[in-house]
Amino acid sequence: MTAAAEKAPPDGTREEVGRARRRKEDARLITGRTQWTDNIQLPGTLHVAFLRSPLAHARIQQVDTAPARGLPGVVAVYSGADFAAEQGSLPCAWPVSDDLVVPDHPPMAVNEVRYVGEAVACVVATDRYKAADALAAIEVDYEPLPAVLDMNEALADGADKVHEAGNKAFTWTFAGGDIDAAFRDAPVVIHRTYVQQRLIPSAMEPRAVVATTDGDTCTLYSATQIPHVLRVMLALTTGIPEHRLRVIAPDVGGGFGSKLQVTAEEVLLLLMTRRLGRPVKWTESRSEGNLTVHHGRDQIQRVKLAADRDGRVRGLSVDLLADMGAYLMLVTPGVPLLGAFMYNGIYKMDAYDFRCTGVFTTKMPTDAYRGAGRPEATYAIERVMDELAAELGIDPIDVRRRNWIAHEEFPYTTIAGLTYDSGHYEAATDRATALFGYADLRAEQARRRQSRDPVQLGIGVSTYTEMCGLAPSRILGSLRYGAGGWEHAEVRMLPTGKVEVVTGSSAHGQGHETAWSQIVADSLGVPFEDVSVLHGDTAVAPKGMDTYGSRSLTIGGMAVLRACEKVKDKARHIAAHLLEASAEDVEYTGGSVRVRGTGAGRTIQENALAVFTAHDLPDGVEPRLDAQATFDPENFSFPHGTHLCAVEVDTETGMSRIRSYVAVDDVGKVVNPLIVEGQVHGGLAQGIGQALFEEAVHDADGNLLTTTLADYLVPSAADLPDFITDRTETPAVSNPLGVKGVGEAGTIASTPAVVNAIVDALRPYGVNDVRMPCSPERVWRALNGGAS
Amino acid sequence: MARITVNVDGIRFEEEVEPRLLLVHLLRDRLGKTGTPIGCDTSNCGACTVLLDGKSAKSCAVLAVQADGCDIATVEGLAAGGRRHPVQTAFHEEHALQCGYCTPGMIMAAIDLLRTDPDPSDEAIREGLEGNLCRCTGYQNIVRAVRRAASIDGPVNGEQAAAREVPA
Repeated sequence: MTAAAEKAPPDGTREEVGRARRRKEDARLITGRTQWTDNIQLPGTLHVAFLRSPLAHARIQQVDTAPARGLPGVVAVYSGADFAAEQGSLPCAWPVSDDLVVPDHPPMAVNEVRYVGEAVACVVATDRYKAADALAAIEVDYEPLPAVLDMNEALADGADKVHEAGNKAFTWTFAGGDIDAAFRDAPVVIHRTYVQQRLIPSAMEPRAVVATTDGDTCTLYSATQIPHVLRVMLALTTGIPEHRLRVIAPDVGGGFGSKLQVTAEEVLLLLMTRRLGRPVKWTESRSEGNLTVHHGRDQIQRVKLAADRDGRVRGLSVDLLADMGAYLMLVTPGVPLLGAFMYNGIYKMDAYDFRCTGVFTTKMPTDAYRGAGRPEATYAIERVMDELAAELGIDPIDVRRRNWIAHEEFPYTTIAGLTYDSGHYEAATDRATALFGYADLRAEQARRRQSRDPVQLGIGVSTYTEMCGLAPSRILGSLRYGAGGWEHAEVRMLPTGKVEVVTGSSAHGQGHETAWSQIVADSLGVPFEDVSVLHGDTAVAPKGMDTYGSRSLTIGGMAVLRACEKVKDKARHIAAHLLEASAEDVEYTGGSVRVRGTGAGRTIQENALAVFTAHDLPDGVEPRLDAQATFDPENFSFPHGTHLCAVEVDTETGMSRIRSYVAVDDVGKVVNPLIVEGQVHGGLAQGIGQALFEEAVHDADGNLLTTTLADYLVPSAADLPDFITDRTETPAVSNPLGVKGVGEAGTIASTPAVVNAIVDALRPYGVNDVRMPCSPERVWRALNGGAS
Repeated sequence: MARITVNVDGIRFEEEVEPRLLLVHLLRDRLGKTGTPIGCDTSNCGACTVLLDGKSAKSCAVLAVQADGCDIATVEGLAAGGRRHPVQTAFHEEHALQCGYCTPGMIMAAIDLLRTDPDPSDEAIREGLEGNLCRCTGYQNIVRAVRRAASIDGPVNGEQAAAREVPA
């Protein structure tokens, strides 16, 4: 399907919202004029290289930096002890429970290292090669301590400890309904344990940081998703007063949650520029990044589902172990809780019980990765719904249909306590099955089973929803999150009639400059080309909550819309005065303020010039035609959809090949279908990556074995199929545009769709699970009776 | 130190370089050609792809001294006289980029692919671009863009592109 279908409203005007506008951002990106952080070359810049722990757990007995000093080009060499007095502890902004253990997390290790890759020393030199050379001269004496790698072992009595306080970070529970009653005498009870392997987010742009100071103010350029949150957190961590700290996120090459962080390197480079009085720069290598960019997922899900024999779900119980890694980073403990409200998926049930235990191990900390908690939850419920269907001999779509919330039941408050505002699961599923050719594929599957074809066909179903548009500030507060969920915008009419939009949302590939221009063009009635969007610099866009959790459009876009409304109110007031009409008699329409019933009017551009000259403004009106607005939603948004995947599994080699993939998503109203489709494609690729290819693997000593893109298998073009995408459109009722968010949908839906398809292919062979990633070896082992 | 001469996007440079200096660091750190980014250190991702004497090469896997005497075309030199290269246009039209970090390398690799196979099938495009990783797009629109570029008349040949005059 192509997204390029553009609509022309019947009244002849051309609305921007809904058009497949080509992106404004592309001009610099396709010509190589992009401003990546690593491109920044300030005069006198020094380059930083970090020496990192080769051991998963060890006491640091001594760091001798002396041999590195005096080497060619070396300006300074530091160990953790040199920063101990001022480096503070990297922040965790989501203290989820009273029992949470928040270990001290020095940006540079001082006494103990707890994962391979933790920084223990650094060199500052005149170029990056010399800095890297000098690392070899630093001598570190370690006293090895036991690595703690397995969550179950970590929780056992007498286990080796990651931290003195023990290996349990927290316990968090939720209960809705009477779970005992749901399971009592239940005719069908299904137990499963699913493993969400550890993933490496792998944004294509490695992290990079440049810090500089003029002696008064520090400026930090960083490849970050969160310049605003980062500024606050760095001020709190380093003691640099917030008003003397500017954070700039230049062009940022992807994030997927991995750049939603306050990193050791950001803190340390700030301290170094302050100390040395010169700009300092650090850019990670990919191998360094695989070790030290926070990882994602890494959970063990024990799932228990009770149902009646007709397939009706009675209750669901989830016992989750979540690997925190060695420390708690910005939202580490909160990630599994974002899934806590999603395990029930789109289904009605009598009871739901959730328990999560956060566990410390001697590995890189985990934190947000595309979907953050919700892909894990969706995987578990969608996998177990297929198990229920198989147990009862019901078609997996039928078993879902018997349990999902019917269209006429919205708004619907789920057993997890969320109120889904809108949805139409029937429509999305009907569209998906039609595009997929569901009945024909089932018939082919039956034939292949009958003929014992060595290449079996599996069909995977995934009907997902997600809570996104993070988030109502009050709800975040009730979950003890350390910040709000609002977003900010400013819309400024310039004297020549052009428009500047300032957004607190910090784009890194999402296309805000284009989508926000479309929203403003419609609202103000100005040309799309006349709007420019500024973001990603705390001196330019001083207020913001940044970009993550599919929140940009549903929150940030609404703030832009509100600011436009305020500008129009001002324009009405000013124009009424200039037109000698009363404010009640004028209306804003088609880019002009007009006096009702007459031809008289003034365009917004004319108003902008009149405000600039200020020769004839109403009494008490300031000469500016601009407005700021914030938007704080009252509810999350709930995109949903039905994804169907057909996989051919070679039972002799274990090789799986995706034959077709249909994604029908309902993301409400769409501002730019081209961007939406692109987000779905990319999300699918990442979810399929988890299902088939990706895993961060450690050896028995805690060394990461997948430190390169040769070992950590990010899918290539040759690994993925063409996707068939389509949409149904059930507008959200929680925001004025009716939009829902799309950034994470594909990733959430696709992982269970693919694994369900593989298991479906193998079910005649007695297989009911394959552990991810479903490599040929794992599939072959599952078929041949070994542990998958 | 070794003395080398390279022609980058039509401009001749003479440089003294350490033998270990990577071509991509010569381009980025010495010549200011930051349009070519670095995505990995094992030549897997292809973000740093340039054309070396008309053929695609990962500039992180080439020493600057190996490029002595070579013509190097980067993404920065493609838009001759302000007119975009058909592959650049196709990437824009088909929304074949999101964050854009892989895009310079992807475009250069696509140009080389079309040089050797002017009318590639989807499968040939996917195989041909296997050495260039993208984390944003899922590749579907990249495949569309390459197919679109293949159908556009005009020079998509890398050698021609590299030889064009480039405005300062």
